[in-house]
Amino acid sequence: MTDRATPLVPVTVDQPAWPLRLRFGVSDALALTWRDLLVWSRVPMFLVFSIVQPVMFVLLFRYVFGGAIPVRVPGGYVDYLMPGIIAQSAAFASFGTAISLAREMQRGVIDRFRSMPMARSAVLLGRLVADTLRMILTVLVIMIVGYAVGFRFQNGWVPALVMMVTAVVFGLAVCTVSAFVGLALRDEESVGSFGLIWLFPLTFVSAAFVPVTSMPGWLQAFATNQPVTIVIEEMRSLALGGPLALHAWQSAVWLVGLVVVFVPLAVRAYRRPS
Amino acid sequence: MTISPPTWNGPSIVVEGVTKSFGDVHALCGIDLAVERGTVLGLLGPNGAGKTTVVKILTTLLPPDSGRALVEGIDVVASPGAVREMIGLAGQSAAIQEELTGRENLEILGRLYHLGRTRARRRAEELLESFDLTVSADRPAKTYSGGMQRRLDLAASLVAQPAVLFLDEPTTGLDPRSRIGMWAVIRDLVSGGTTLMLTTQYLDEADELADEIVVIDHGLVIAAGTAETLKDRIGGDVLELVITDRARLADAARVMSGIGDAEPAVDGEAGQVSVPVGPRGSRAVIQAVRALDAAGIETEGLAIRRPSLDDVFLMLTGHAAESDADSDTRSGSRRRRRRERRARSVPEGTTS
Repeated sequence: MTDRATPLVPVTVDQPAWPLRLRFGVSDALALTWRDLLVWSRVPMFLVFSIVQPVMFVLLFRYVFGGAIPVRVPGGYVDYLMPGIIAQSAAFASFGTAISLAREMQRGVIDRFRSMPMARSAVLLGRLVADTLRMILTVLVIMIVGYAVGFRFQNGWVPALVMMVTAVVFGLAVCTVSAFVGLALRDEESVGSFGLIWLFPLTFVSAAFVPVTSMPGWLQAFATNQPVTIVIEEMRSLALGGPLALHAWQSAVWLVGLVVVFVPLAVRAYRRPS
Repeated sequence: MTISPPTWNGPSIVVEGVTKSFGDVHALCGIDLAVERGTVLGLLGPNGAGKTTVVKILTTLLPPDSGRALVEGIDVVASPGAVREMIGLAGQSAAIQEELTGRENLEILGRLYHLGRTRARRRAEELLESFDLTVSADRPAKTYSGGMQRRLDLAASLVAQPAVLFLDEPTTGLDPRSRIGMWAVIRDLVSGGTTLMLTTQYLDEADELADEIVVIDHGLVIAAGTAETLKDRIGGDVLELVITDRARLADAARVMSGIGDAEPAVDGEAGQVSVPVGPRGSRAVIQAVRALDAAGIETEGLAIRRPSLDDVFLMLTGHAAESDADSDTRSGSRRRRRRERRARSVPEGTTS
């Protein structure tokens, strides 16, 4: 079968020019975003549940734990709580990113994509765009619930808007970490059990729900300096007024850093053969 | 988008000396094969033989450690992007979005192949029609039967009308009726001139669909040729019997080993013993009847038949083609085929 007199010389093929590749990259990512939105429209309960959970957190901390947590902010605990809960919800929303990517990996959907003339980054980008839209929805719903239970922005609407944008960008940064987790684990069950565990210490050992000063000294050192606290303090200053500068650049460094580190890691995990 | 058809007159698929290891596991130890344009190659082997690894290398999912692999003359390592323009892949599981309808699945793939909205829509319609999915086109794919999901998955691999198609165990896990339906679909497909590489652990599937068969085991090609030439390697007929009392299986095997040309194959589940007997067909039957009678072994059936690929596989590898991992439906259908084969030949109870 292969015993030929002359050795076979492969055909050489040029890569398409980069403007074309960029255009296809964008259109591939948007086609996949569209696919994810369609899926959610078919399984609306997924969206509903992903919003019910943070709303429950709001109610729990507002009415159950809140009374026992002393804080020194203008509007009392509910004002202290809301920026923290929004950040926590945005972070937890990234669970969906990890689980969907792991599922697609496991079911061979991603193998098919990798065998197609598609941009390598499209699966990741399409997913992140869709998850950003989902996160915007979550943040808006929680803001409305927050207003219903007594939260008020104390610092004007522009900083309020910046705070919400910060929350979404923070969620997006956590999504890149989750995307890496999902693509690296490649198994829905493992992601199901591991996908949130790493987020618990980060979101609870932070300034999200209680002042850091109420923690023991050794824990304070972690809680004060970890990214979730830094971003939440920034959001709190935006919502309620207070010094911005330090937290602003620190959060910016963290958010950009997470994306810069984890997007290439996730793309590499995507390309890694199964 | 479309790259000009390359000037390539060689085989559609060429694999030369390809090796691949995963740590200490040598999945492929130097594979050579070629598939001429418009023909079907059946890549046959047990679980873990390296079939899927060959497909993954040819579909650019996995780089080979050494050797080279060409699809339509394009090197999979040097120009993976161009190879992806040429191929379609349907893997072992149905890679479809279950929440979406069959139509939506195909349309989104059309857009990912940059067909543009209108052409993507038209192509989806065509595929739904030719795969008999029009009626269920607008239902979520999770409501489809296993067979329908596989058909949709196969349709999905054809969205861009690939010149070369790879099907990795297209009927694994399907019930017998869906398998036969799938075979019809695949036969239709290749009559249109597509080059197909098909992996399977089912000998009857390779026999049914493939122009050429390459048998691999432990990462090596152990035989290649048409189903007929492979069967000829057995060199004659096979004597097959089913005994009544399973406890006497070992005795029956011992008796038969004195009659056949090679060690008999024993299928404990079916109570079956088979052995190649060369050209001595009827004389071997008489011999077997006498010997079994003398040993006091009762049979349910005894037959002379042409060798199947099962026999070839057993002779080549020293073990059966199907491993324990196979599903129940599978061994069920295998037993059924055996029964059919018996029914066609010697009536039951000849020796009792």
